[in-house]
Amino acid sequence: MHRIARTPGRPCGARFFKTQRPYATHPATARLNVPTDFGTTPILHHTSRSALAHRELSDTARNGTASRLNLFQAINSALSSALRADQNVIFFGEDVAFGGVFRCSMNLATDFGSDRVFNMPLTEQGIVGFAIGAAKEGMRPVAEIQFADYVFPAFDQIVNEAAKARYREGTNTRQACGGLVIRMPTGGVGHGALYHSQSPESLFTHVPGMRVVIPRSPLQAKGLLLASIQSNDPVIFMEPKILYRAAVEYVPAESYTLPLSQAEVLKEGKDVTIISYGTLLYACSAAIAAAEKDFGCSVELIDLRTIYPWDRPSVISSVNKTGRCIVVHESMINAGVGAEVAATVQEACFLRLEAPVQRVAGWTTHAGLAYEKFNIPDVTRVYDAVRKAMEY
Amino acid sequence: MSATALRTRSLTRFTRSTTLPRRQFKQIVCQQCRQRQWQSSLAQRPGSDRVHFPGALNSKFTTKLAFDRPHEKSAMPTYRFLDQDGNVVDQSATALDITDEEAVKLYSDMVVVSIMDIIMFDAQRQGKISFYVVNAGEEGIGVGSASALSPRDPIFAQYREAGVLKYRGFEPADFLAQLFSTKNDPGKGRNMPVHYGSQQHYIHTISSPLATQIPQASGAAYAVKMQNMQNPNGEQRVVVCYFGEGAASEGDFHAGLNIAATKQCPILFICRNNGYSISTPTLEQYRGDGIASRGIGYGIDTIRVDGNDMLAVREVVKQAREVALSDGGRPVLIEAMSYRVSHHSTSDDSFAYRAKVEVEDWKRRDNPITRFRKWMEGKGIWDDEKEKELRSSARKSVLEAYRQAEKDKHPPLREMLTDVYETMTEEQLEQLAELREIVKRYPAEYDVSRYEGGLAGLEVR
Repeated sequence: MHRIARTPGRPCGARFFKTQRPYATHPATARLNVPTDFGTTPILHHTSRSALAHRELSDTARNGTASRLNLFQAINSALSSALRADQNVIFFGEDVAFGGVFRCSMNLATDFGSDRVFNMPLTEQGIVGFAIGAAKEGMRPVAEIQFADYVFPAFDQIVNEAAKARYREGTNTRQACGGLVIRMPTGGVGHGALYHSQSPESLFTHVPGMRVVIPRSPLQAKGLLLASIQSNDPVIFMEPKILYRAAVEYVPAESYTLPLSQAEVLKEGKDVTIISYGTLLYACSAAIAAAEKDFGCSVELIDLRTIYPWDRPSVISSVNKTGRCIVVHESMINAGVGAEVAATVQEACFLRLEAPVQRVAGWTTHAGLAYEKFNIPDVTRVYDAVRKAMEY
Repeated sequence: MSATALRTRSLTRFTRSTTLPRRQFKQIVCQQCRQRQWQSSLAQRPGSDRVHFPGALNSKFTTKLAFDRPHEKSAMPTYRFLDQDGNVVDQSATALDITDEEAVKLYSDMVVVSIMDIIMFDAQRQGKISFYVVNAGEEGIGVGSASALSPRDPIFAQYREAGVLKYRGFEPADFLAQLFSTKNDPGKGRNMPVHYGSQQHYIHTISSPLATQIPQASGAAYAVKMQNMQNPNGEQRVVVCYFGEGAASEGDFHAGLNIAATKQCPILFICRNNGYSISTPTLEQYRGDGIASRGIGYGIDTIRVDGNDMLAVREVVKQAREVALSDGGRPVLIEAMSYRVSHHSTSDDSFAYRAKVEVEDWKRRDNPITRFRKWMEGKGIWDDEKEKELRSSARKSVLEAYRQAEKDKHPPLREMLTDVYETMTEEQLEQLAELREIVKRYPAEYDVSRYEGGLAGLEVR
């Protein structure tokens, strides 16, 4: 795989955030499309009390402490907890030993030894194949693919092998590959172009046997990653890389898990349901604030969290309440996650729908470098979708 | 091994221990796994006659511009113990560690596999099962290699290794349950015929995609290596991975061998080089010296063996297993040469691409079963009467298992949707109910009688 050339000792991931973003500026006139203020957004925990009050936390976590972490630090904290709790957990990938190109594995090799945290040769099909075999012999391997854009060489191992392992082993359950987690940075980052921006989740939601998880925040990343490592099903864990340093919130210090395949209602509302996940929840949140003010409506925001198998009952019950539905995601509209959600909503909520289900998603094209601001859905597009839903 | 123990060890494991003669750079060797690492500061020394680039250490400079030409090198030799007539070639060779009883078991296992192959090939031709793959000509590789392993060494196979399963304890009933997709098939009737698997026998279920098992086996070997380290007084195990010479062209072969070498995994890669991948002869598969020559490139100990000589295969695998367990774990590549006497599968007529006379020659002149039989006869432990008795009892046991499997029902219909995830999803439960309603509404359209429990098999337990 060709990757952006790296200066030795200076990870390319870190460089992503140190540069100015020449392709990601906002015009001075923008009212809706302004940068997310991660310091005030209502979907992050800005106090330790609010983080520890999260209703899904275990008692131990709730009674412990919380500290401010960004997303990569939360991932690091989860990996560290998992490695400490279970000697069968191992972690590997390209360049992970020195801390990883996005710093997610800082200090792990020193703390847990090079037998458990180690570099792999540069081969994605090898990394995933290796992980499957280790899982089949009782380890709980966490494999890292450096960018989701480079997961495709491992597609065969994921689709034909990992996903089908339990099914084809039948009663030989000990040989199934539960315990396998494949982590990968995903999504747009402002200037990632074709091969550092992709969001290939819908390619995996078409694969029975795999769980696909995308967190939106540090607290969620830690809980969902620990749940994925504990899960006896193989998990694709996609981390929005634009949030690695941007999203900072209070994260409980203790180990805790958040439930897989359960959506979270981030904000209750009665007129429109917006379903999204990952980075775009921040845009949705901002769009909702503006739309509610301008249109006098009330919008419900749902974070899917697990993209497959997804929480159909929560979404259906929300749309049956509101009667309007918008699905928002970065990846292309064609056969994307939105298509599955929209079809399910149409089947289950037909008599309650007052407007067509809308999909606000990336256009059917590739991630051209200079065009990202016009391709990935933004606050304006979500705002406009709410307007259309209310005016229909 | 606690996290603290690991942490302490990881800090102290690497110690400077060797300065190799004639080399101006230092290696450090991990005391725990014997893995070598280069000391971090490597610089070209002034006036040195050798390259000190990090990517190729200890390479001498030369002023002679000469390409390394593979065809100018002679092919890697093929190890054998018996000649085609079953005679020991080198009388001074190490005495064979094999009892008469074990020899008879090995021989019987090969014969059972070959008889099952004949019966099941015909069964497929009669439409009794959907597919079959025979082992003819390669029985010795499976049985011989399996006999040199520990029964708990995990195995990853391709699909032409029935001899391994037979040696490990698969009886005709076990093979036939899988071939007929009966309720006794551990794979619950989900896989095509010959995709065997058994947790009890430490055999991972076979899958159709070629070579995918190779990097998986490396990962399994890494897990086994850690288990060996955690239980130094327990049985030290290796992983064994079988594949054909065609599968070795897949990218997963490259990935698997390179990882096994860099991660120092205790694994035996056993390549069955039988000359053909379906219709493709090796000349169109590769241009190097077979598969064995590639092992060297990955830094893997490699040997080529006569796959029609079961005793040679057995001895090679036995010693390779020792190598794989040395230095904390090392991969070994074994290329077992043979000839695919049979068609590729029941979906293939191999006379469309190769001469019948070539196949007949191999059948007549050299074959692992007859070679081993001659050796046993030479030793006076086998004769025509024993042969007749073995063949008749093998045939009887296969046919008995055949008749039973033919009668046995498939697993309950719900098994179509179970085991996709550890527990069924809400979506799957809805689909199961939907299917049940369809079958109930159109009873004339579906025959559920061949499935355990019939329609009730669609109920959630």
